[in-house]
Amino acid sequence: MIEAKNLNLFYGTFQALNDISMKVPEKSVTALIGPSGCGKSTFLRTFNRMNDLIPGVKIEGEVIVDDMNVYEKGVDVDNLRKRVGMVFQKPNPFAKSIFENVAYGLRVNGVNDEKLIKQTVEESLKQAALWDEVKDNLKKSAYAISGGQQQRLCIARALAVEPTVLLMDEPASALDPISTSKIEELIHELKKKYTILIVTHNMQQAARVSDHTAFFYMGSLVEFDETKTIFTHPVKQQTQNYVTGRFG
Amino acid sequence: MKLSTKKKIYQGIAFNLFRLMSGILVVVLISILSFIVVRGIGVISWDFITKMPEDGMTKGGIYPAIIGTLCLVAGSMLFAFPVGVLSGIYIHEFVKDNWFKRFVKLMTNNLAGVPSIVFGLFGMSLFVNTLGFGDSIIAGSLTLGLLALPVIIRTTEESLKSIDNVFREGSYALGATKIQTIRRVVLPLAMPNIITGFILSIGRVSGETAPILFTVAAYFLPKLPSSIFDQVMALPYHLYVLSTSGTDMEASRNMAYGTALVLIIIVLLLNLIANFTRSYLSKKVKH
Ligand SMILES: Nc1ncnc2c1ncn2[C@@H]1O[C@H](COP(=O)(O)OP(=O)(O)OP(=O)(O)O)[C@@H](O)[C@H]1O
Ligand SMILES: [Mg+2]
Repeated sequence: MIEAKNLNLFYGTFQALNDISMKVPEKSVTALIGPSGCGKSTFLRTFNRMNDLIPGVKIEGEVIVDDMNVYEKGVDVDNLRKRVGMVFQKPNPFAKSIFENVAYGLRVNGVNDEKLIKQTVEESLKQAALWDEVKDNLKKSAYAISGGQQQRLCIARALAVEPTVLLMDEPASALDPISTSKIEELIHELKKKYTILIVTHNMQQAARVSDHTAFFYMGSLVEFDETKTIFTHPVKQQTQNYVTGRFG
Repeated sequence: MKLSTKKKIYQGIAFNLFRLMSGILVVVLISILSFIVVRGIGVISWDFITKMPEDGMTKGGIYPAIIGTLCLVAGSMLFAFPVGVLSGIYIHEFVKDNWFKRFVKLMTNNLAGVPSIVFGLFGMSLFVNTLGFGDSIIAGSLTLGLLALPVIIRTTEESLKSIDNVFREGSYALGATKIQTIRRVVLPLAMPNIITGFILSIGRVSGETAPILFTVAAYFLPKLPSSIFDQVMALPYHLYVLSTSGTDMEASRNMAYGTALVLIIIVLLLNLIANFTRSYLSKKVKH
Protein backbone atom coordinates (compact mmCIF):
# COMPACT_ATOMS: atom_id res chain seq x y z
CA MET A 1 0.00 0.00 0.00
CA ILE A 2 1.39 3.42 -0.85
CA GLU A 3 -0.02 6.65 0.41
CA ALA A 4 0.68 10.36 0.89
CA LYS A 5 -0.48 12.04 4.09
CA ASN A 6 -0.71 15.83 4.37
CA LEU A 7 2.26 16.17 2.09
CA ASN A 8 3.80 19.61 1.52
CA LEU A 9 6.89 20.16 -0.60
CA PHE A 10 8.90 23.34 -1.04
CA TYR A 11 11.57 24.21 -3.58
CA GLY A 12 13.30 26.86 -1.47
CA THR A 13 10.43 29.18 -0.62
CA PHE A 14 8.19 28.05 -3.48
CA GLN A 15 5.51 25.58 -2.41
CA ALA A 16 5.14 23.00 -5.16
CA LEU A 17 2.85 20.56 -3.32
CA ASN A 18 0.07 21.68 -1.06
CA ASP A 19 -1.29 19.38 1.64
CA ILE A 20 -1.75 16.31 -0.50
CA SER A 21 -3.38 13.20 0.92
CA MET A 22 -3.99 10.27 -1.38
CA LYS A 23 -4.16 6.50 -1.09
CA VAL A 24 -2.86 4.74 -4.16
CA PRO A 25 -4.65 1.41 -4.75
CA GLU A 26 -2.40 -1.63 -5.00
CA LYS A 27 -1.84 -3.66 -8.17
CA SER A 28 -3.58 -1.19 -10.41
CA VAL A 29 -2.72 1.83 -12.50
CA THR A 30 -3.18 5.34 -11.15
CA ALA A 31 -2.79 8.23 -13.56
CA LEU A 32 -1.69 11.71 -12.51
CA ILE A 33 -3.01 14.42 -14.78
CA GLY A 34 -3.01 18.20 -14.74
CA PRO A 35 -1.61 21.23 -16.53
CA SER A 36 2.14 21.72 -16.92
CA GLY A 37 3.85 22.81 -13.72
CA CYS A 38 1.08 21.62 -11.39
CA GLY A 39 3.42 19.31 -9.50
CA LYS A 40 2.79 15.86 -11.02
CA SER A 41 6.46 14.98 -11.41
CA THR A 42 7.30 16.46 -8.05
CA PHE A 43 4.61 14.35 -6.40
CA LEU A 44 5.68 11.20 -8.25
CA ARG A 45 9.29 11.69 -7.19
CA THR A 46 8.44 11.87 -3.49
CA PHE A 47 7.73 8.13 -3.51
CA ASN A 48 11.33 7.15 -4.27
CA ARG A 49 12.83 10.27 -2.68
CA MET A 50 14.22 11.42 -6.00
CA ASN A 51 13.68 15.01 -4.91
CA ASP A 52 16.44 14.52 -2.35
CA LEU A 53 18.90 15.14 -5.17
CA ILE A 54 17.69 18.71 -5.63
CA PRO A 55 19.28 21.18 -3.23
CA GLY A 56 16.91 23.29 -1.14
CA VAL A 57 13.95 20.89 -1.15
CA LYS A 58 11.93 20.75 2.06
CA ILE A 59 9.26 18.16 2.75
CA GLU A 60 6.53 18.03 5.40
CA GLY A 61 4.02 15.26 6.01
CA GLU A 62 4.32 11.57 5.29
CA VAL A 63 4.78 9.29 2.32
CA ILE A 64 4.00 5.69 3.17
CA VAL A 65 5.46 2.79 1.22
CA ASP A 66 5.06 -0.73 2.65
CA ASP A 67 3.64 0.61 5.93
CA MET A 68 6.66 2.86 6.52
CA ASN A 69 7.12 6.60 6.25
CA VAL A 70 9.92 6.95 3.73
CA TYR A 71 10.88 10.36 5.09
CA GLU A 72 11.47 9.07 8.59
CA LYS A 73 15.01 9.36 9.92
CA GLY A 74 17.26 6.39 9.24
CA VAL A 75 15.36 5.10 6.19
CA ASP A 76 17.64 3.25 3.76
CA VAL A 77 17.04 5.33 0.62
CA ASP A 78 18.95 2.98 -1.71
CA ASN A 79 16.79 0.12 -0.52
CA LEU A 80 13.64 2.21 -0.97
CA ARG A 81 14.60 2.94 -4.56
CA LYS A 82 15.02 -0.76 -5.16
CA ARG A 83 11.44 -1.31 -4.05
CA VAL A 84 10.06 1.70 -5.91
CA GLY A 85 11.22 1.59 -9.51
CA MET A 86 11.11 4.54 -11.87
CA VAL A 87 10.84 5.07 -15.61
CA PHE A 88 11.70 8.49 -16.98
CA GLN A 89 10.24 10.65 -19.72
CA LYS A 90 13.23 10.35 -22.02
CA PRO A 91 14.63 6.83 -22.43
CA ASN A 92 17.91 6.93 -20.49
CA PRO A 93 19.75 3.65 -20.95
CA PHE A 94 23.35 3.62 -19.72
CA ALA A 95 26.36 3.47 -22.02
CA LYS A 96 26.46 -0.29 -21.66
CA SER A 97 25.25 -3.33 -23.50
CA ILE A 98 21.57 -4.28 -23.44
CA PHE A 99 22.39 -7.10 -21.06
CA GLU A 100 24.44 -4.94 -18.71
CA ASN A 101 21.73 -2.28 -18.59
CA VAL A 102 19.28 -4.76 -17.16
CA ALA A 103 21.92 -6.38 -14.96
CA TYR A 104 23.00 -3.00 -13.55
CA GLY A 105 20.47 -2.81 -10.74
CA LEU A 106 21.41 -6.30 -9.59
CA ARG A 107 25.13 -5.63 -9.69
CA VAL A 108 24.96 -2.37 -7.73
CA ASN A 109 22.85 -4.15 -5.16
CA GLY A 110 25.53 -6.73 -4.57
CA VAL A 111 24.26 -9.67 -6.65
CA ASN A 112 27.18 -11.44 -8.32
CA ASP A 113 25.79 -14.88 -9.05
CA GLU A 114 26.15 -14.76 -12.85
CA LYS A 115 23.61 -17.50 -13.40
CA LEU A 116 21.00 -15.69 -11.35
CA ILE A 117 21.80 -12.43 -13.16
CA LYS A 118 21.41 -14.06 -16.56
CA GLN A 119 18.11 -15.59 -15.56
CA THR A 120 16.78 -12.32 -14.12
CA VAL A 121 17.83 -10.34 -17.18
CA GLU A 122 15.94 -12.75 -19.43
CA GLU A 123 12.83 -12.69 -17.24
CA SER A 124 12.86 -8.90 -17.01
CA LEU A 125 13.24 -8.47 -20.75
CA LYS A 126 10.35 -10.90 -21.28
CA GLN A 127 8.18 -9.01 -18.81
CA ALA A 128 9.00 -5.80 -20.67
CA ALA A 129 8.00 -7.47 -23.95
CA LEU A 130 11.43 -6.85 -25.41
CA TRP A 131 13.05 -10.28 -25.21
CA ASP A 132 12.09 -11.50 -28.68
CA GLU A 133 13.43 -8.35 -30.30
CA VAL A 134 16.82 -8.32 -28.58
CA LYS A 135 17.58 -11.87 -27.50
CA ASP A 136 20.21 -12.30 -30.23
CA ASN A 137 21.83 -8.92 -29.59
CA LEU A 138 22.23 -8.78 -25.83
CA LYS A 139 25.85 -7.74 -26.15
CA LYS A 140 25.03 -4.81 -28.42
CA SER A 141 25.04 -1.28 -27.05
CA ALA A 142 21.72 -0.08 -25.69
CA TYR A 143 22.02 2.90 -28.05
CA ALA A 144 21.80 0.65 -31.07
CA ILE A 145 18.06 -0.01 -30.60
CA SER A 146 15.12 2.32 -31.29
CA GLY A 147 13.76 4.87 -28.82
CA GLY A 148 10.69 2.76 -28.12
CA GLN A 149 12.83 -0.31 -27.51
CA GLN A 150 15.13 1.75 -25.30
CA GLN A 151 12.16 2.77 -23.18
CA ARG A 152 11.08 -0.85 -22.79
CA LEU A 153 14.70 -1.62 -21.90
CA CYS A 154 14.47 1.00 -19.15
CA ILE A 155 11.30 -0.67 -17.92
CA ALA A 156 13.06 -4.05 -17.93
CA ARG A 157 15.94 -2.46 -16.04
CA ALA A 158 13.54 -1.22 -13.38
CA LEU A 159 11.78 -4.61 -13.14
CA ALA A 160 15.04 -6.51 -12.67
CA VAL A 161 15.45 -5.38 -9.06
CA GLU A 162 11.95 -6.65 -8.27
CA PRO A 163 10.17 -3.51 -7.15
CA THR A 164 6.61 -3.53 -5.90
CA VAL A 165 5.83 -0.05 -7.16
CA LEU A 166 6.57 1.43 -10.58
CA LEU A 167 6.66 5.21 -11.10
CA MET A 168 6.39 6.39 -14.70
CA ASP A 169 6.84 10.02 -15.65
CA GLU A 170 5.33 10.53 -19.12
CA PRO A 171 6.98 7.30 -20.29
CA ALA A 172 5.60 7.49 -23.81
CA SER A 173 5.70 11.19 -24.55
CA ALA A 174 8.95 10.92 -26.51
CA LEU A 175 7.78 7.95 -28.56
CA ASP A 176 5.95 7.33 -31.83
CA PRO A 177 2.34 6.03 -31.78
CA ILE A 178 3.28 2.39 -32.35
CA SER A 179 5.86 2.38 -29.57
CA THR A 180 3.37 4.20 -27.38
CA SER A 181 0.72 1.57 -27.83
CA LYS A 182 3.29 -1.11 -27.05
CA ILE A 183 4.12 0.65 -23.78
CA GLU A 184 0.42 0.95 -22.99
CA GLU A 185 -0.15 -2.76 -23.58
CA LEU A 186 2.81 -3.44 -21.37
CA ILE A 187 1.42 -1.30 -18.56
CA HIS A 188 -1.80 -3.26 -18.82
CA GLU A 189 0.15 -6.48 -18.33
CA LEU A 190 2.35 -5.14 -15.54
CA LYS A 191 -0.45 -3.96 -13.30
CA LYS A 192 -1.21 -7.57 -12.42
CA LYS A 193 2.01 -7.61 -10.42
CA TYR A 194 2.88 -3.99 -9.69
CA THR A 195 1.35 -0.86 -8.29
CA ILE A 196 1.78 1.69 -11.06
CA LEU A 197 1.72 5.47 -10.87
CA ILE A 198 1.86 7.16 -14.24
CA VAL A 199 2.06 10.84 -15.17
CA THR A 200 0.58 11.66 -18.54
CA HIS A 201 -0.49 14.68 -20.56
CA ASN A 202 -2.47 12.54 -22.88
CA MET A 203 -6.11 12.30 -21.75
CA GLN A 204 -6.89 9.35 -24.01
CA GLN A 205 -3.89 7.55 -22.62
CA ALA A 206 -4.99 8.19 -19.04
CA ALA A 207 -8.47 6.94 -19.91
CA ARG A 208 -7.09 3.87 -21.69
CA VAL A 209 -4.51 2.63 -19.20
CA SER A 210 -5.55 3.75 -15.74
CA ASP A 211 -8.01 2.47 -13.16
CA HIS A 212 -7.88 5.60 -11.04
CA THR A 213 -7.04 9.17 -11.96
CA ALA A 214 -5.82 12.07 -9.85
CA PHE A 215 -6.24 15.59 -11.14
CA PHE A 216 -3.67 18.10 -9.87
CA TYR A 217 -3.87 21.83 -10.15
CA MET A 218 -1.28 24.32 -8.91
CA GLY A 219 0.25 21.96 -6.40
CA SER A 220 -3.04 20.69 -4.99
CA LEU A 221 -4.91 17.47 -5.52
CA VAL A 222 -8.25 18.63 -6.87
CA GLU A 223 -9.96 15.32 -7.39
CA PHE A 224 -9.12 11.64 -7.14
CA ASP A 225 -11.49 8.92 -8.21
CA GLU A 226 -12.02 6.02 -10.54
CA THR A 227 -10.91 6.96 -14.02
CA LYS A 228 -14.40 6.37 -15.39
CA THR A 229 -15.86 8.85 -12.93
CA ILE A 230 -13.17 11.48 -13.55
CA PHE A 231 -13.76 11.39 -17.28
CA THR A 232 -17.54 11.09 -17.31
CA HIS A 233 -18.99 12.89 -14.32
CA PRO A 234 -16.34 14.46 -12.12
CA VAL A 235 -17.48 16.26 -9.00
CA LYS A 236 -15.40 19.41 -9.46
CA GLN A 237 -16.00 21.91 -12.23
CA GLN A 238 -12.21 22.39 -12.63
CA THR A 239 -11.76 18.70 -13.37
CA GLN A 240 -14.63 18.78 -15.83
CA ASN A 241 -13.03 21.72 -17.64
CA TYR A 242 -9.64 20.07 -17.80
CA VAL A 243 -10.69 16.63 -19.02
CA THR A 244 -12.92 18.12 -21.69
CA GLY A 245 -10.03 20.30 -22.84
CA ARG A 246 -11.59 23.64 -21.93
CA PHE A 247 -8.38 24.75 -20.26
CA GLY A 248 -4.85 23.51 -20.50
CA MET B 1 18.98 46.90 -52.77
CA LYS B 2 16.85 43.94 -51.91
CA LEU B 3 17.28 42.57 -48.41
CA SER B 4 18.06 39.09 -49.64
CA THR B 5 20.90 40.25 -51.89
CA LYS B 6 22.30 42.27 -49.02
CA LYS B 7 22.19 39.21 -46.80
CA LYS B 8 23.92 37.16 -49.44
CA ILE B 9 26.73 39.69 -49.77
CA TYR B 10 27.27 39.79 -46.01
CA GLN B 11 27.29 36.04 -45.91
CA GLY B 12 29.79 35.89 -48.73
CA ILE B 13 32.12 38.35 -46.98
CA ALA B 14 31.88 36.46 -43.70
CA PHE B 15 32.53 33.09 -45.32
CA ASN B 16 35.55 34.34 -47.19
CA LEU B 17 36.92 35.97 -44.06
CA PHE B 18 36.68 32.68 -42.19
CA ARG B 19 38.23 30.87 -45.11
CA LEU B 20 41.11 33.34 -45.22
CA MET B 21 41.77 33.05 -41.51
CA SER B 22 41.84 29.28 -41.46
CA GLY B 23 43.95 29.38 -44.61
CA ILE B 24 46.51 31.59 -42.85
CA LEU B 25 46.55 29.23 -39.91
CA VAL B 26 47.24 26.23 -42.11
CA VAL B 27 49.97 28.05 -44.04
CA VAL B 28 51.75 29.12 -40.83
CA LEU B 29 51.54 25.62 -39.42
CA ILE B 30 52.82 23.99 -42.56
CA SER B 31 55.69 26.50 -42.88
CA ILE B 32 56.88 25.82 -39.33
CA LEU B 33 56.63 22.08 -39.77
CA SER B 34 58.30 21.99 -43.18
CA PHE B 35 61.06 24.32 -41.99
CA ILE B 36 61.89 21.95 -39.14
CA VAL B 37 61.51 18.87 -41.32
CA VAL B 38 63.73 20.24 -44.12
CA ARG B 39 66.49 21.33 -41.75
CA GLY B 40 66.22 18.37 -39.42
CA ILE B 41 65.57 15.37 -41.63
CA GLY B 42 69.24 15.22 -42.78
CA VAL B 43 70.56 14.51 -39.29
CA ILE B 44 67.98 11.93 -38.39
CA SER B 45 69.26 8.41 -38.56
CA TRP B 46 69.10 5.27 -36.50
CA ASP B 47 72.31 6.35 -34.76
CA PHE B 48 70.90 9.79 -34.01
CA ILE B 49 68.04 8.37 -31.97
CA THR B 50 69.94 5.48 -30.36
CA LYS B 51 73.41 6.89 -29.59
CA MET B 52 74.86 9.06 -26.85
CA PRO B 53 75.98 12.59 -27.76
CA GLU B 54 79.67 12.83 -28.64
CA ASP B 55 82.34 15.47 -29.33
CA GLY B 56 80.82 18.31 -27.32
CA MET B 57 77.36 17.39 -28.63
CA THR B 58 78.29 18.08 -32.23
CA LYS B 59 78.18 14.40 -33.13
CA GLY B 60 76.49 11.23 -31.97
CA GLY B 61 72.86 11.09 -30.99
CA ILE B 62 70.26 12.29 -28.54
CA TYR B 63 69.21 8.96 -27.08
CA PRO B 64 69.45 10.01 -23.41
CA ALA B 65 67.38 13.13 -24.06
CA ILE B 66 64.64 11.06 -25.74
CA ILE B 67 64.55 8.63 -22.84
CA GLY B 68 64.64 11.55 -20.40
CA THR B 69 61.66 13.25 -21.99
CA LEU B 70 59.68 10.01 -22.12
CA CYS B 71 60.44 9.44 -18.42
CA LEU B 72 59.31 12.95 -17.54
CA VAL B 73 56.09 12.73 -19.57
CA ALA B 74 55.26 9.35 -18.07
CA GLY B 75 56.19 10.44 -14.56
CA SER B 76 54.24 13.68 -14.68
CA MET B 77 51.14 12.00 -16.09
CA LEU B 78 51.34 9.18 -13.58
CA PHE B 79 51.06 11.87 -10.93
CA ALA B 80 48.82 14.47 -12.59
CA PHE B 81 46.22 12.25 -14.27
CA PRO B 82 44.86 10.44 -11.21
CA VAL B 83 45.21 13.47 -8.95
CA GLY B 84 43.62 15.77 -11.53
CA VAL B 85 40.74 13.46 -12.42
CA LEU B 86 39.98 12.69 -8.78
CA SER B 87 40.05 16.40 -7.87
CA GLY B 88 37.81 17.20 -10.81
CA ILE B 89 35.34 14.52 -9.75
CA TYR B 90 35.46 15.71 -6.16
CA ILE B 91 34.90 19.35 -7.06
CA HIS B 92 32.11 18.65 -9.52
CA GLU B 93 30.23 15.81 -7.86
CA PHE B 94 30.80 16.25 -4.14
CA VAL B 95 31.36 19.91 -3.29
CA LYS B 96 28.17 21.93 -2.87
CA ASP B 97 27.87 25.02 -5.01
CA ASN B 98 29.08 27.63 -2.55
CA TRP B 99 31.84 30.24 -2.16
CA PHE B 100 34.42 27.55 -1.44
CA LYS B 101 33.75 25.82 -4.75
CA ARG B 102 33.89 29.09 -6.65
CA PHE B 103 37.14 29.96 -4.86
CA VAL B 104 38.72 26.62 -5.78
CA LYS B 105 37.60 27.02 -9.39
CA LEU B 106 39.03 30.53 -9.53
CA MET B 107 42.34 29.29 -8.16
CA THR B 108 42.45 26.41 -10.64
CA ASN B 109 41.89 28.84 -13.49
CA ASN B 110 44.58 31.17 -12.18
CA LEU B 111 46.99 28.31 -11.80
CA ALA B 112 46.57 27.52 -15.49
CA GLY B 113 47.76 31.03 -16.30
CA VAL B 114 50.88 31.04 -14.12
CA PRO B 115 54.06 31.21 -16.25
CA SER B 116 55.87 27.89 -16.34
CA ILE B 117 59.12 29.35 -14.98
CA VAL B 118 57.26 30.06 -11.74
CA PHE B 119 56.38 26.38 -11.53
CA GLY B 120 60.07 25.68 -12.09
CA LEU B 121 61.12 27.86 -9.16
CA PHE B 122 58.42 26.42 -6.94
CA GLY B 123 59.40 22.87 -7.89
CA MET B 124 63.04 23.59 -7.13
CA SER B 125 62.23 25.03 -3.75
CA LEU B 126 59.77 22.31 -2.73
CA PHE B 127 60.89 19.08 -4.38
CA VAL B 128 64.59 19.64 -4.93
CA ASN B 129 65.48 21.46 -1.73
CA THR B 130 62.81 21.13 0.95
CA LEU B 131 61.91 17.51 0.25
CA GLY B 132 65.50 16.75 -0.65
CA PHE B 133 64.90 14.91 -3.94
CA GLY B 134 67.75 16.83 -5.54
CA ASP B 135 67.79 17.36 -9.31
CA SER B 136 65.92 14.22 -10.26
CA ILE B 137 63.28 12.64 -12.46
CA ILE B 138 60.87 12.65 -9.56
CA ALA B 139 61.34 16.35 -8.85
CA GLY B 140 60.98 17.22 -12.54
CA SER B 141 57.95 14.96 -13.03
CA LEU B 142 56.14 16.38 -10.04
CA THR B 143 56.83 19.93 -11.21
CA LEU B 144 55.58 19.17 -14.71
CA GLY B 145 52.63 17.36 -13.16
CA LEU B 146 51.67 20.46 -11.18
CA LEU B 147 51.80 22.42 -14.40
CA ALA B 148 49.41 19.97 -16.07
CA LEU B 149 47.00 19.67 -13.15
CA PRO B 150 44.77 22.70 -13.83
CA VAL B 151 44.03 21.61 -17.40
CA ILE B 152 43.21 18.07 -16.32
CA ILE B 153 41.02 19.27 -13.45
CA ARG B 154 39.15 21.70 -15.69
CA THR B 155 38.52 19.23 -18.49
CA THR B 156 37.37 16.63 -15.98
CA GLU B 157 34.91 19.10 -14.49
CA GLU B 158 33.64 20.17 -17.90
CA SER B 159 33.25 16.57 -19.07
CA LEU B 160 31.26 15.69 -15.97
CA LYS B 161 29.11 18.77 -16.38
CA SER B 162 28.21 17.72 -19.92
CA ILE B 163 26.74 14.40 -18.74
CA ASP B 164 22.96 14.75 -18.63
CA ASN B 165 21.46 14.32 -15.16
CA VAL B 166 18.98 11.74 -16.46
CA PHE B 167 21.79 9.16 -16.38
CA ARG B 168 22.61 9.90 -12.76
CA GLU B 169 18.92 9.77 -11.83
CA GLY B 170 18.47 6.53 -13.75
CA SER B 171 21.22 4.97 -11.69
CA TYR B 172 20.03 6.30 -8.34
CA ALA B 173 16.52 5.10 -9.17
CA LEU B 174 17.85 1.54 -9.21
CA GLY B 175 19.26 1.85 -5.71
CA ALA B 176 22.84 2.63 -6.72
CA THR B 177 24.97 4.72 -4.39
CA LYS B 178 26.68 7.92 -5.44
CA ILE B 179 30.08 6.27 -5.82
CA GLN B 180 28.59 3.43 -7.89
CA THR B 181 26.77 5.95 -10.07
CA ILE B 182 29.90 7.97 -10.73
CA ARG B 183 32.15 5.00 -11.34
CA ARG B 184 29.84 2.87 -13.46
CA VAL B 185 27.59 5.34 -15.25
CA VAL B 186 29.05 8.83 -15.28
CA LEU B 187 32.76 8.16 -15.79
CA PRO B 188 32.42 5.85 -18.80
CA LEU B 189 30.41 8.59 -20.51
CA ALA B 190 32.85 11.34 -19.50
CA MET B 191 36.09 9.44 -20.17
CA PRO B 192 36.49 10.28 -23.88
CA ASN B 193 36.41 13.99 -23.06
CA ILE B 194 38.66 13.62 -20.05
CA ILE B 195 41.18 11.94 -22.36
CA THR B 196 41.13 15.10 -24.48
CA GLY B 197 42.44 17.07 -21.51
CA PHE B 198 45.04 14.40 -21.04
CA ILE B 199 46.18 14.77 -24.65
CA LEU B 200 46.50 18.54 -24.31
CA SER B 201 48.56 18.08 -21.16
CA ILE B 202 50.93 15.61 -22.76
CA GLY B 203 51.61 18.07 -25.54
CA ARG B 204 52.29 20.85 -23.10
CA VAL B 205 54.38 18.80 -20.68
CA SER B 206 56.68 17.25 -23.26
CA GLY B 207 57.66 20.62 -24.70
CA GLU B 208 58.22 22.61 -21.50
CA THR B 209 61.72 23.78 -20.68
CA ALA B 210 61.39 26.19 -17.77
CA PRO B 211 59.91 23.78 -15.20
CA ILE B 212 62.66 21.19 -15.75
CA LEU B 213 65.51 23.69 -15.87
CA PHE B 214 66.08 23.76 -12.10
CA THR B 215 64.52 20.44 -11.19
CA VAL B 216 65.90 17.68 -13.39
CA ALA B 217 67.46 18.62 -16.72
CA ALA B 218 71.13 17.84 -17.19
CA TYR B 219 73.31 19.86 -19.56
CA PHE B 220 75.28 16.85 -20.65
CA LEU B 221 74.84 13.37 -19.21
CA PRO B 222 75.66 10.60 -21.64
CA LYS B 223 74.09 7.76 -19.68
CA LEU B 224 70.64 6.49 -18.90
CA PRO B 225 68.98 7.04 -15.51
CA SER B 226 68.98 4.07 -13.17
CA SER B 227 66.43 5.36 -10.68
CA ILE B 228 63.85 8.11 -10.31
CA PHE B 229 66.34 10.06 -8.22
CA ASP B 230 68.74 10.47 -11.17
CA GLN B 231 69.09 13.47 -13.38
CA VAL B 232 68.30 13.12 -17.07
CA MET B 233 68.71 15.08 -20.25
CA ALA B 234 65.47 16.19 -21.87
CA LEU B 235 64.66 17.13 -25.46
CA PRO B 236 63.43 20.71 -25.00
CA TYR B 237 66.37 21.64 -22.78
CA HIS B 238 68.82 19.85 -25.04
CA LEU B 239 67.42 21.84 -27.91
CA TYR B 240 67.96 25.03 -25.94
CA VAL B 241 71.53 24.04 -25.09
CA LEU B 242 72.36 23.10 -28.68
CA SER B 243 71.07 26.37 -30.04
CA THR B 244 72.56 28.72 -27.45
CA SER B 245 75.57 27.32 -25.68
CA GLY B 246 77.17 24.45 -27.55
CA THR B 247 80.97 24.28 -27.82
CA ASP B 248 80.73 24.66 -31.56
CA MET B 249 77.51 26.44 -32.47
CA GLU B 250 77.80 25.93 -36.22
CA ALA B 251 78.43 22.23 -35.86
CA SER B 252 75.56 21.66 -33.48
CA ARG B 253 73.05 23.73 -35.46
CA ASN B 254 71.83 20.77 -37.48
CA MET B 255 71.72 18.63 -34.38
CA ALA B 256 69.32 21.21 -32.94
CA TYR B 257 66.93 20.93 -35.87
CA GLY B 258 67.11 17.16 -35.67
CA THR B 259 66.27 17.33 -31.98
CA ALA B 260 63.34 19.64 -32.66
CA LEU B 261 62.03 17.22 -35.27
CA VAL B 262 62.29 14.29 -32.89
CA LEU B 263 60.46 16.26 -30.21
CA ILE B 264 57.65 17.10 -32.62
CA ILE B 265 57.40 13.50 -33.76
CA ILE B 266 57.21 12.27 -30.17
CA VAL B 267 54.43 14.73 -29.31
CA LEU B 268 52.61 13.71 -32.48
CA LEU B 269 52.93 10.03 -31.66
CA LEU B 270 51.72 10.51 -28.09
CA ASN B 271 48.76 12.49 -29.40
CA LEU B 272 47.96 9.76 -31.90
CA ILE B 273 47.98 7.12 -29.19
CA ALA B 274 45.78 9.22 -26.92
CA ASN B 275 43.42 10.04 -29.79
CA PHE B 276 43.13 6.40 -30.64
CA THR B 277 42.30 5.60 -27.03
CA ARG B 278 39.68 8.34 -27.00
CA SER B 279 37.90 7.20 -30.13
CA TYR B 280 38.09 3.61 -28.92
CA LEU B 281 36.44 4.60 -25.64
CA SER B 282 33.73 6.70 -27.24
CA LYS B 283 33.00 3.93 -29.72
CA LYS B 284 32.64 1.54 -26.84
CA VAL B 285 30.17 3.97 -25.32
CA LYS B 286 28.11 4.50 -28.47
CA HIS B 287 27.96 1.18 -30.29
N1 LIG C 1 14.28 21.84 -9.24
C1 LIG C 1 13.32 22.75 -9.07
N2 LIG C 1 13.60 23.91 -8.45
C2 LIG C 1 12.64 24.84 -8.29
N3 LIG C 1 11.38 24.71 -8.72
C3 LIG C 1 11.04 23.58 -9.35
C4 LIG C 1 12.00 22.54 -9.57
N4 LIG C 1 11.38 21.53 -10.23
C5 LIG C 1 10.12 21.93 -10.42
N5 LIG C 1 9.90 23.16 -9.90
C6 LIG C 1 8.62 23.90 -9.90
O1 LIG C 1 7.67 23.12 -9.22
C7 LIG C 1 6.42 23.14 -9.91
C8 LIG C 1 5.98 21.75 -10.23
O2 LIG C 1 6.90 21.19 -11.14
P1 LIG C 1 6.72 19.73 -11.74
O3 LIG C 1 7.92 19.43 -12.55
O4 LIG C 1 6.39 18.81 -10.65
O5 LIG C 1 5.45 19.93 -12.67
P2 LIG C 1 4.75 18.90 -13.67
O6 LIG C 1 3.33 18.85 -13.28
O7 LIG C 1 5.48 17.63 -13.70
O8 LIG C 1 4.87 19.66 -15.03
P3 LIG C 1 5.09 19.06 -16.51
O9 LIG C 1 3.76 18.54 -16.91
O10 LIG C 1 5.49 20.24 -17.31
O11 LIG C 1 6.13 18.01 -16.40
C9 LIG C 1 6.62 24.02 -11.13
O12 LIG C 1 6.13 25.30 -10.86
C10 LIG C 1 8.11 24.07 -11.31
O13 LIG C 1 8.50 25.31 -11.84
MG1 LIG D 1 6.70 16.64 -15.19
